[in-house]
Amino acid sequence: MSDLLANLWLGFHVAANPYNILFCLLGALVGTLVGVLPGIGTVATIAMLLPITFGLPPVGALIMLAGIYYGAQYGGSTTSVLVNIPGEATSVVTCLDGHQMARQGRAGPALAIAAMGSFFAGCVSTVLVAALGAPLTSIALMFGPAEYFSLMCLGLIFAVVLAKGSVLKAVAMVVTGLLLSMVGSDLETGAGRMTFDIAELADGIGFANVAMGVFGYAEIIRNLELPAESRDIVRTKITGLMPTRKDLIDSSGAIARGTILGSILGILPGGGAVVASFAAYTFEKKVAKDPSRFGRGAIEGVAAPESANNAAAQTSFIPLLTLGIPPNAVMALMVGAMTIHGIVPGPQVMTKQPELFWGMIASMWLGNLMLVIINLPLVGVWVTLLRVPYRLLYPSIIVFCCIGIYSINNSPTDVVISAIFGVIGFWLVKHDFEPAPMLLGFVLGPLMEENLRRAMLIARGDATVFFTRPISAALLITAIALLVVAAMPKIRRRRDEVFVE
Amino acid sequence: MIRFVTQAAAALVALSAWCLALDRAAAQSDYPRRPITVIVPFAAGGPTDVVARIVGDHMSRTLGQQLLVENIVGAAGTTASTRAARAAPDGYTIEMGHMGTHAAAVALYQNLAYKPDVDFAPISMVAGTPVLILGKKGLPPRDLKELVVYVKANVDKLNMAHAGVGSVSHVTCLLLNSIINVKPTSVPFTGTGPAMNALVAGQVDYMCDQIVNVVSQVQGGTIKAYAIGTAERNPALPDIPTTREAGLPEFQASAWNALFAPKTTPRPIVDKLADALDKALDDETTRKRLLELGSDLPSKERRGSAALAALVKSEIARWTPIINAAGPMN
Repeated sequence: MSDLLANLWLGFHVAANPYNILFCLLGALVGTLVGVLPGIGTVATIAMLLPITFGLPPVGALIMLAGIYYGAQYGGSTTSVLVNIPGEATSVVTCLDGHQMARQGRAGPALAIAAMGSFFAGCVSTVLVAALGAPLTSIALMFGPAEYFSLMCLGLIFAVVLAKGSVLKAVAMVVTGLLLSMVGSDLETGAGRMTFDIAELADGIGFANVAMGVFGYAEIIRNLELPAESRDIVRTKITGLMPTRKDLIDSSGAIARGTILGSILGILPGGGAVVASFAAYTFEKKVAKDPSRFGRGAIEGVAAPESANNAAAQTSFIPLLTLGIPPNAVMALMVGAMTIHGIVPGPQVMTKQPELFWGMIASMWLGNLMLVIINLPLVGVWVTLLRVPYRLLYPSIIVFCCIGIYSINNSPTDVVISAIFGVIGFWLVKHDFEPAPMLLGFVLGPLMEENLRRAMLIARGDATVFFTRPISAALLITAIALLVVAAMPKIRRRRDEVFVE
Repeated sequence: MIRFVTQAAAALVALSAWCLALDRAAAQSDYPRRPITVIVPFAAGGPTDVVARIVGDHMSRTLGQQLLVENIVGAAGTTASTRAARAAPDGYTIEMGHMGTHAAAVALYQNLAYKPDVDFAPISMVAGTPVLILGKKGLPPRDLKELVVYVKANVDKLNMAHAGVGSVSHVTCLLLNSIINVKPTSVPFTGTGPAMNALVAGQVDYMCDQIVNVVSQVQGGTIKAYAIGTAERNPALPDIPTTREAGLPEFQASAWNALFAPKTTPRPIVDKLADALDKALDDETTRKRLLELGSDLPSKERRGSAALAALVKSEIARWTPIINAAGPMN
């Protein structure tokens, strides 16, 4: 324990160096901007800024890059709440209740709770990274392909459960998402699947294209369908910028639960963070006294996923710092940054480079603090943006989205694809299909498929491996149970509704 | 009058031709006048990317213009290479190709949109990343000879990891398998990160990977390294024997990285780039950074366009039969 305190003291000493504070602030600012602007993502930004870090000292460079990463998590929720466009895959769930709250004039509390929840989650998970890094890594190593597959199945069931409409339509959306994710190259042979020989589809349809189309453009088309007076995003009076005491009390449980879920799932390399946000939302909905509030502006529906995704963002550093193995594309960049600076990340970084390890952990905490300080005052600015007349707002949104999508790959085809998804999204919304489950299916699809095939390869074709391995079995059973629980009341209610009609 | 007009026209044509020629020569002698884009076919942070950035840093100073790395990821690097082959041949777009994109791709992809030996003007080899044969921590064999025996005996039970079709780890493991004459179950991953993760966790048994990803794991004791596929031991991992020492000399694998320009890029520009790269490879700091990664730096004879052109041809000839022999689904 005293060892831990001594190390943390060393870390804060390193992080509190004025240059490192500056780098942290810079990273956080850039990250927030990147999160808010649609299209351009953390990976692209960090890749672009890597050369700038050449001249900087290694610890400072890494602090800045890390700041961009978790800053983007904060920024991504802003667009989700304001204009129903998820900045990152982890912010999709925030759109559901966050945007509804914005429509009810409560964008301020939504954004503020998101910031506060993220800060709390960030603090807690930083402590976890510091104290429990090594044991948590060994847990992560127990997750083989079979376990991942079962976790993804569970995640997809979450997507079904969180839908507020009919279960059948939610399942249909999830499956559609899975099908869309199959477009691209086959993992084992590299052969093209459903690419129609279009070169840009060789790596699949991008997440941003689908998300922007189905959430952004579809929403705009739907709004334009309404008569001019009722198009403004906020039709009721904006009641206040800060959450009320009731909001804070309601969200506290959600924030705590989201933090726990996010911290655990963030360690898992791959899709941990996305599943974390969906899991947190679904969990809240299940434990709520009145689940029907979800999807209509329940503040827990914003607090829980936001805490979860920020906790996951912090704990995803664990495999990197303890094993030197990057769990996702952003961490792989950090490995590259470390390598360029002559630090070879690996199991011995903690012992051979303690200032780096503990300095980064301390600066994560500082970064979260800075982000809260930056974001809370900005809430007022964002809310004012919502009062802009819609006829001026929606062209700007479209332009920003198009630029953002184009900037990912310099490819006009991407913009066309997102437009097509806009039309598809509009059709879906008009027919009461919810896009969030489709997006989750889309994100989890490749992970599910890869892990299914890997698990089967390693088990030499024996499908019972998913049930014979304990963790995998537990996850699958939970998934099946959850599906049954979700379907039952709805079936009963629909039967009642049919009878009433 | 007509004579005057004709003479004036002739003079004008001559003048403009001369100006154009001057401009073209000027363009070549002023090259570079703006930043140069280096297309890297893999994600930022990976071995090829890191090498490109380190070398590009020094070359920027020699040439007086920034070398900007642009990562174009996809289809094992062939998307980027296709784009690079079709880029304007003015010397402002070059590519850091490697063993996968400019040799193995020929056999791996039926509809490859470029020919590595024809559609590019080779500039020079940059550095090679030696490939090592790795095993999970709990794997019984203690050295390479035992490993060969073990793999042959247990081929049905063993799982071999690789980072995806067309990756260095995939192609070099195909070589290893063909030398030992086994066909184990190969488990694909999306990138070396997940593959290394699986090896550390013990979910797969062995793989081949580039030294950059391996050094810290071997030093930390989380995996075993059996041998390195170069002629000499590597200073980053001096305890690991070479395949020659360990008894499998046919396994020589080093993922070479090289700079390429589009086919018709003018000779003077290619030479200028080759020269800048040469200076970078002789610079103490750059050499030190590359050697820390475990890179295998080319000697003078292996640098330059002629050597690279020969290398590409020989590598295509080397990898094509191995990949074809492994069959369509591997």
